[in-house]
Amino acid sequence: MRQFVSFVIKETKHILRDRRTMLILFGLPVVLMLLFGFAITNDVKDVRTVIVTSQMDHQTRQAVDRLAASEYFIITATVSSPGEAELLLRHQRADLAVVFGKDFASKKSGVQLMVDTSDPNMAQQWTAYAQSILSTQNTPSTPNIKLLYNPRMKSAYNFVPAIMGMLLLLICAMMTSVSIVREKERGTMEVLLVSPVRPLMIIIAKAVPYLLQAFLILIIILVMSATVLEVPLAGSVGWIIVVSLIYILLALSLGLLISSVAQTQFVALLVSAMVLLLPTVMLSGMLFPIESMPQVLQWISAVMPPRYYIQVMRKLMIMGVGIREVLPEVCILCGMTLLLLMVALKKFNKRLDS
Amino acid sequence: MIIRYLIQKEFLQIRRNSFMPKIIFIFPIVIMCVMPWVMNQEVKNIVVDVVDNDRSVYSQRLVHRIEASPYFIFGGQQPTYAAALKEIEQSRADIVLVIPQDYSRDLVRGRHPQVLIAANAVNGTKGSIGSSYLSQIVSASPQSGDSRGVSQGAGVLNLYNKSQSYKVFMIPALMGILMMMLCGFLPALNIVGEKETGTIEQINVTPVSKWAFILAKLIPYWIIGMLVLTVCLVLSWAVYGITCQGPLGLVYLLAILLALFFSSLGLIISNYSDTMQQAMLVMWFFVVCLMLLSGLFTPTRSMPSWAYATTYINPMHYFIDAIRTVFVRGGGFGTIAHQVFALMGISSVMAVWAVLSYRKNH
Repeated sequence: MRQFVSFVIKETKHILRDRRTMLILFGLPVVLMLLFGFAITNDVKDVRTVIVTSQMDHQTRQAVDRLAASEYFIITATVSSPGEAELLLRHQRADLAVVFGKDFASKKSGVQLMVDTSDPNMAQQWTAYAQSILSTQNTPSTPNIKLLYNPRMKSAYNFVPAIMGMLLLLICAMMTSVSIVREKERGTMEVLLVSPVRPLMIIIAKAVPYLLQAFLILIIILVMSATVLEVPLAGSVGWIIVVSLIYILLALSLGLLISSVAQTQFVALLVSAMVLLLPTVMLSGMLFPIESMPQVLQWISAVMPPRYYIQVMRKLMIMGVGIREVLPEVCILCGMTLLLLMVALKKFNKRLDS
Repeated sequence: MIIRYLIQKEFLQIRRNSFMPKIIFIFPIVIMCVMPWVMNQEVKNIVVDVVDNDRSVYSQRLVHRIEASPYFIFGGQQPTYAAALKEIEQSRADIVLVIPQDYSRDLVRGRHPQVLIAANAVNGTKGSIGSSYLSQIVSASPQSGDSRGVSQGAGVLNLYNKSQSYKVFMIPALMGILMMMLCGFLPALNIVGEKETGTIEQINVTPVSKWAFILAKLIPYWIIGMLVLTVCLVLSWAVYGITCQGPLGLVYLLAILLALFFSSLGLIISNYSDTMQQAMLVMWFFVVCLMLLSGLFTPTRSMPSWAYATTYINPMHYFIDAIRTVFVRGGGFGTIAHQVFALMGISSVMAVWAVLSYRKNH
């Protein structure tokens, strides 16, 4: 046991001495949380609007004023022909053009919206907002809309669980795999292996500091989301931590697996950063909804562990459901962890024999 | 002509590494074939549960209209609001529509019955777009299922991306991401890798100048970048039938400037780092920030002003803006001159920095 403890201390020293990596490891969650919490939004705001009209009569002026008064649109120019407006759109000087017909004043109709549809979702929202502002008739029976769990529509609610899923995977899988492969590459692994400590113990001792680090980062994220971003922790904190620990264990075994496959740091880094991280980010439903993907990709995403973790976290943290509602996902996560751990350990033993 | 031999050395190193050629060729192909299907923020297949407290012909009609809409999937009737909420909690439904008791009576009398739409807004975009679609359906034609309200709104003319396809929006951005990954991460690992294996000492004792050494490190990645871009353009034409609307030369010009920026950034980080792990993490940090703040996924104009201010020095933002203008909107050089010059300025500063930060003596 004392040997084990001294190995853990050795690893911890390795980590602590690399100040820059430490700074990044703890800085990254903070910066990402701030970016996602405040900067990354899909709100309709400051849409640059061009007015196209041949004569600015009273009726047109009123409609334009209504647009300008709303917080969504800013009027950047007034031109006389649709052609000029199209040029402005093409040159990226405007996003939306409102074309008033000649007889707008008399008929109160004949308005056309020209919109830059490069970004389809935003274009749809812009036109919907503009239409609702322009239509003078008070629309009959507007339904009551109630946005559950996230009434202020903050994107942070969606992203905080996703950041947790990504960062924990990055730190555990990449850091452990690299730290093991580095010892191989430099030849110091041989030295460790001839010491009286059992090989398995060496590996576990390597994982322990990273487990602690991941746990610390988890706490930082949770505290930040509750205080700075005002994302509520609706569910029980205990269960959130338990499920996160399972996920951390899963990521560690993944790192172990990578380290037994990769022979050089370069390969280990690229495998964990490009081959592992990118698909997980893209296919786990973090940024893009899984339901909109083609069937084949949905199947692939079914074997991505972060998918289940992020789902569980969204439910536990934001929706505040009990553990029973997320039991299936948690079971899948446990199963994946066991499987990966077994494969990783088996591979690891084989490598030592040969 | 020392530089020629240095470049030859770099290419030999790349080729002899068993892993590098694979990642340079396979990675872009996989990304281009898979990611456009993934990067799809279209809101569809929203599951709607209905709590029908009216159970009349009118409410039935409303339900039929929802079923007929391409955006929604009818999830089923629920007896109470609480039961429907339970469905949302288990993610079997996304939106609950509650039809009040006197829905048909109010409609017939010309009053405005209050329909309740409760949407799961954990994903804000999906929640808001879904509920606005649904409210359009609900309020579109309360009377009889046709006529009236529909024709009131202003007509909409969609420019540039007429089919409103997300692929058109994302493919130019994907090119940027690929350039960033390949021209950024590989150089970041390059010099620090030589440091760790000790081969850099051998370069340090030769009379090769700083400029020649760094340039020889940069040029191979430009060539790789151009190769990758060509693969992307061919694939987007062959697989998706999406072609560049503007002049193709501009796309290459933008790409070479972006490749210059990212390879310089990679080399700078590599110069300052002691281990590959460090270099990778620092690079990753910068890449994530540059990418998220570039307007690639979310419009830059929605950002708060402090975040918007950072886009003035973010080359990724200029690239994304310009390449979408050329590729999707079909703009010429005049439309993107401002972005090209900005990119050029930022990239040359970085390149000079990359040379200056390389030191032969410790």
